[in-house]
Amino acid sequence: MLLITCPYCGERPETEFHYGGEAHVSRPVDPSKLSDEEWAEFLFVRDNKKGFYKERWVHSAGCRRWFNVLRNTHTHEIVASYKVGETVRVPKATPTRKANTARSGGASKPAPARRSRTAQATVK
Amino acid sequence: MKANTPPPFRIDGPARIDGQRPLNFSFNGREMMGHVGDTLASALIANGVHLVARSMKYHRPRGIIASGVEDPNSMVQLGTGAGTEPNAKATVVQLYNGLTATSVNVWPSVETDIGAVNQMLSPFMTAGFYYKTFMPSQAFWNRVAEPFIRNAAGFGKAPESGDPDFYDHCHVHCDVLVVGAGPAGLAAAHAASGTGARVILADEQFEMGGSLLSADYDIGDQPAVEWVGKTLSAIEGAEETTVLPRTTVVGLYDQNYAIALERRTDHLGAAQSSPASVRQRLWHIRAGQIVLATGAHERAMVFANNDRPGVMLADAARTFVRRYAALPGRRAVLITNNDHAYEAALAMNGAGASVHVLDTRKQPAGALPDAAREAGIAIESNVTITGVKGAKRVSGVRVADMTEDATGITGAMRDIEADCVLMSGGYSPAVHLFCHAQGKLHYDDELACFRPGIEKDGIACIGGTNGDFGLKSCLESGYATGDAAARASGFKGRRASRAPASQGGQDALAIEPIWQLPGEKAPNRSKGKFFVDFQNDTTAADIALAAREGFDSVEHMKRYTLTGFGTDQGKIGNINGLAILAQLTGRSIEETGTTTFRPPYTPVTFGALAGRAVGDQLDPIRVTAIHDSHVHHGAEFEDVGQWKRPWYFPVGGETMHEAVRRECRAVRSAVGLLDASTLGKIDVSGPDAAEFLDRVYSNMMSTLKVGYVRYGLMLGEDGMVSDDGTVARLSDDRFIATTTTGGAAGVFEKLEDYLQTEWMDLKVYLTSITEQWATVAVAGPKARQLVERLCGDIDLDPDAFPFMTFREGTVHGIPARIFRISFTGELSYEINVAWHHGRALWDALIDAGAELGVTPYGTETMHVLRAEKGFIIVGQETDGTVTADDLGMNWIVSKKKHDFIGKRSLSRPDNLRTDRKQLVGILPEDGGIILPEGAQLVERAVSLPQVGHFQPPGLDGQPVYRPKKEGRGSPVPIQGHVTSSYWSDALDRSFGLALIKNGRERIGETLFAPIEHRTVPVRIVDPVFYDKDGRRRDG
Repeated sequence: MLLITCPYCGERPETEFHYGGEAHVSRPVDPSKLSDEEWAEFLFVRDNKKGFYKERWVHSAGCRRWFNVLRNTHTHEIVASYKVGETVRVPKATPTRKANTARSGGASKPAPARRSRTAQATVK
Repeated sequence: MKANTPPPFRIDGPARIDGQRPLNFSFNGREMMGHVGDTLASALIANGVHLVARSMKYHRPRGIIASGVEDPNSMVQLGTGAGTEPNAKATVVQLYNGLTATSVNVWPSVETDIGAVNQMLSPFMTAGFYYKTFMPSQAFWNRVAEPFIRNAAGFGKAPESGDPDFYDHCHVHCDVLVVGAGPAGLAAAHAASGTGARVILADEQFEMGGSLLSADYDIGDQPAVEWVGKTLSAIEGAEETTVLPRTTVVGLYDQNYAIALERRTDHLGAAQSSPASVRQRLWHIRAGQIVLATGAHERAMVFANNDRPGVMLADAARTFVRRYAALPGRRAVLITNNDHAYEAALAMNGAGASVHVLDTRKQPAGALPDAAREAGIAIESNVTITGVKGAKRVSGVRVADMTEDATGITGAMRDIEADCVLMSGGYSPAVHLFCHAQGKLHYDDELACFRPGIEKDGIACIGGTNGDFGLKSCLESGYATGDAAARASGFKGRRASRAPASQGGQDALAIEPIWQLPGEKAPNRSKGKFFVDFQNDTTAADIALAAREGFDSVEHMKRYTLTGFGTDQGKIGNINGLAILAQLTGRSIEETGTTTFRPPYTPVTFGALAGRAVGDQLDPIRVTAIHDSHVHHGAEFEDVGQWKRPWYFPVGGETMHEAVRRECRAVRSAVGLLDASTLGKIDVSGPDAAEFLDRVYSNMMSTLKVGYVRYGLMLGEDGMVSDDGTVARLSDDRFIATTTTGGAAGVFEKLEDYLQTEWMDLKVYLTSITEQWATVAVAGPKARQLVERLCGDIDLDPDAFPFMTFREGTVHGIPARIFRISFTGELSYEINVAWHHGRALWDALIDAGAELGVTPYGTETMHVLRAEKGFIIVGQETDGTVTADDLGMNWIVSKKKHDFIGKRSLSRPDNLRTDRKQLVGILPEDGGIILPEGAQLVERAVSLPQVGHFQPPGLDGQPVYRPKKEGRGSPVPIQGHVTSSYWSDALDRSFGLALIKNGRERIGETLFAPIEHRTVPVRIVDPVFYDKDGRRRDG
């Protein structure tokens, strides 16, 4: 279960949210001006990318606000949450690191702290 | 319980059992004695019992192979009655006084099992035999094969009554989660705890220490077990640290989210759990850093009849001897391809057993083989086992020298007497959790194992998990990793946490893999079976067959041969299987790859997954303010979303059919009451409210006058009908919109979506007021008479209070808003009062209406009455592919509005097709037949001969139609389907609504509904069946 940051409420478990598909697909201002193909493009066609993807979420069991999330659909890494109307820069994909070949000493570097203990205290 | 005789294979010497505290237990009805600290498996071994199970397919006698969760065989049924537990592993069940266990999948007993005749059929039961054997005839499958297989399949018996136990879910955040309390895990937890970091140390066993519990090593000038005790005390005493024994981390998910199962009372035997003392907890752990110190599993060796009871993993034997003081046998043969297994030879030898080592390598020369030689243990090299003697217990092995390339045998075979065979094919790191978290593996040629191959942020694999089998290096990497994890969490590490010096625990494995030992004949020609997966009875010959038949991808091979399925998930056999496949297909092991590791690591009780969310707590139950009255009057309820709605109100033993007829008649002839409180209600306020509603409904709302009500349809952007309801205008800038009961939350979310993300310029507020207003619909020709009795301040005359308007006043002294809307076609007042007055309103209406024949009615009657009027229900007449035009509701789609949600889609080519399904009424020619909703309608009456060999009865006891082979070539085109179908009291016959291709043009035609063994002719009619000119709505 993902932990998702609502820009208004903070980190909450995924079950509090509903998914809303790809972000930044605006409803055309005047749909009547669109050809059938253009309208179908708006209705049905989404990128569905493997990798970083901007998507819509709503905090339905919380503040009920819609917002956007930048998520890596391959690793489920959530890079950023941001409000409607804001933008976010998509990072370049990070290459996978080969494991340390030495058996002792651990196969992995520990990750940097997500946030410090003091930061947590202020959130509470 | 009477005292049993002391276990004959219990030995003296240092161990983790308490020889002074005996425990009595029974296995397959035999009373035996074990001791505190035993597992069921170690107690059985101490009693000389190896035969504990029969295998799934061949019903071969099986023994205890491993000493932990990786054991594939020793599944037992624990206890009896509601608390019985199927398929518990004897190797992980902690012994308690009075434990009763029986073998599973045997009849009449594990000693004499009738299913063993399957062994004679084994030539026909190779991989894929299900598919090959049972394909030819449907009848053979239905009549013979499936009942037989269903009876024979599976292991233990599920309890037949509800689970009496209690389970909890716990949610926790921590900085460092250490999984596994062997040397590496303990060191890591020791280093991380006490730094301020929140540390959780979880270990699946009931005693922490992992491999150290069965080792004779020294750490820091003391026996390893003493170091374990002291270190554990230090960890437990540290602030912010939680130690969870008997806790298996079963899954690791994104963002270091771990699921762990803690078994709290299972080892207490018959002790019932209670809400205050739950049986098991499912922990949901969000960890900053995860240290995986889950160790490694020893692999079996693949040779002929390697499954005989008495054959076990070398390290298991060492554990039984050193940790549990249980001697697996007095004459042991050890077969190995590595140095580490010599630890077992030394342990057995030290416990007084004779040991004969068969090493498949040409020149075993490490420190451990040397120590074995010094201890006087016979070692033969470059040899193979070609057979195991004894069926229910090993009595000896047949041995031969191997050829130079180790693929065949040479010279004469010779026999060695033995009562147990220990085997070691190398070690597979327990990388399961790492892989759950999408970690990738690489194959280490030197160690002959898969180990973590990429770095994953926040997850460190140490010790056996990383292929590190040396004590010194495990301790060092443990302390270093624990320290780094604490630092990465933002805490200062502890300088003191340096690894202590240690003695013993050689690093050198010196493995020379041999995936399949050469026998007298090739596995597929041999009388003996070379087992790869013991739980699924998969042999090396099965894998060869899979490769020959083209199932040469590892995932296909797994599914074809069942390798790696089951409760053990192939922990001791998977790598052997894929290595054999790699050899057969000429690929490297790395290229062949592993199958996917999926949670859970070990089985999880359903009860633990459910936690307290069982029974009424499964899902929130929403009830109206009038609910208690409905219960009191014996209503049957229907679930609509989370709401409980009265379905019908049976009186005096009425059937549903009788009750609904009576309720329908009451509404059509007198007056009925419906609790309509569950309909969604949304307050739409703000200067742009009217504009907003124009955009979200297909019809015009801004022209609605204050005091008036309008029915509206909502479409999706794809033009399909998504919800319907009414809109009432309270003032220029305030409306109340109603939604369907089930659609309320979705509509609200959708409207918020448009306001927040598309039309941010509109000044509109939405408020859900569903549970602020209780609603009672008063419907029927006498509705006005009834309401008049309770309401003196509103002129109810239809001219003064016309249809589709509302008034505010009081009913029975309660402030109320009354809507003149009707879903039944009858004169109808929908009275809305504050939620807490709902019950008072309902009771007052019942009392006041007694002499008018007031009748409460439920959703079923509501459905019948609205269908008689041809009114749709969204979700019943619609399924997300139906437009307003399909429903004949073009009148509600505005032509004037330039845009609204879904408008552009209405002119898409697909929505302009002339053969779209359209809503019509249907009348079965036989008015006594109520068609099932969903029934398909076809153009011509198909003949429905009764053919085929096997005809199970249909719902009505009549044989079911199964077409002849020649009949299958001529499908009958489907013209539509039935969406609603009921008995109409008003029409005194059955009727329905249907969506039929181009239906409005086909009124008067006859279609056919194939129902089970017959076809029912159905006439297409207008969808309005009752009061076509709508006079009744004004009374």
